[in-house]
Amino acid sequence: MEVINIKGTDDTPNVILDKTSGQFEISGRSLPEDVNQFYEQILDWIDAYANDPLERTEFNFKLEYFNTASSKVILDILLKFEEIVENGKEVLIKWHYHEDEEDMLEAGEEYSDIVEIPFDYIVYTD
Amino acid sequence: MEKEKQGFLDFAYQMYKTMKTNEISLVYEGEVTQEITKTFTSLTEKSLSKSAESNTVQKKVFNVMVECLQNISKHADSLSDEDEERRGIVMVSKGDDSYNIITGNIIKNERVAGLQESLELINSLDKVGLSNLFKKQIKESTISEKGGAGLGLIDIAKKTGSKLTYQFKELNEQVSFFILTSTIKRN
Repeated sequence: MEVINIKGTDDTPNVILDKTSGQFEISGRSLPEDVNQFYEQILDWIDAYANDPLERTEFNFKLEYFNTASSKVILDILLKFEEIVENGKEVLIKWHYHEDEEDMLEAGEEYSDIVEIPFDYIVYTD
Repeated sequence: MEKEKQGFLDFAYQMYKTMKTNEISLVYEGEVTQEITKTFTSLTEKSLSKSAESNTVQKKVFNVMVECLQNISKHADSLSDEDEERRGIVMVSKGDDSYNIITGNIIKNERVAGLQESLELINSLDKVGLSNLFKKQIKESTISEKGGAGLGLIDIAKKTGSKLTYQFKELNEQVSFFILTSTIKRN
């Protein structure tokens, strides 16, 4: 599969989707007003990946900020990985949050209430 | 003519004093676009990072500003149907124990009741209730053409931990002015 490697901006995140190296990551800021425009290719990529996923996928979310428009797309992404879990493969969501950011931890916990995928919460300090 | 100029200078000075006294760091009236949102939030972020404010409060102010401004750029109505610009007022002030983000925009009268109902529901809920409402809405909502998910107000209430203060002022038979104050406690 092609590798997606998008560099983040003021209002869009870094995205790495690389099946060969097993790297899956969305990090930084996600505040675009038009979320569909930004996330379309990412959702398409994950759809294609879901057809032939790795035995085990670790997906890292390390977001500093995201707006509510992005929160819906993040759920869409998680729902696609839930399907992969339903198809018998292993998926782990690694949800990173800053120690000062309880809101980000809570956001992760809310997602894990909605989707049937195991979540690991990883605190960082920098 | 000279008198008029003098009057304007006085007004500017009064405005400066009012802004200083109330620690108003931003006042704006005009079109609200994604570019404006980015500019204002990054200005506020920079000025906050120079302050002694805790990271938690800084991030909450930033987050709430984004939601407030994107609410205007996505949902504001205009005075007339020919006018497609989404305009609003934005004001950020710092008090002894909180930051206030005040936004105002035009809304069609026919949408007032629905919005008021949402606001009342949000204000009736505690932290757990808000979290449950958020999860319910995010599952049910499909992204509208405008890219919104209708979750902004719930998110503001969750992040601020304060009730949303709002007012509707009817301007004429078609439209009202909607004012929303979001309060972020400083400790």
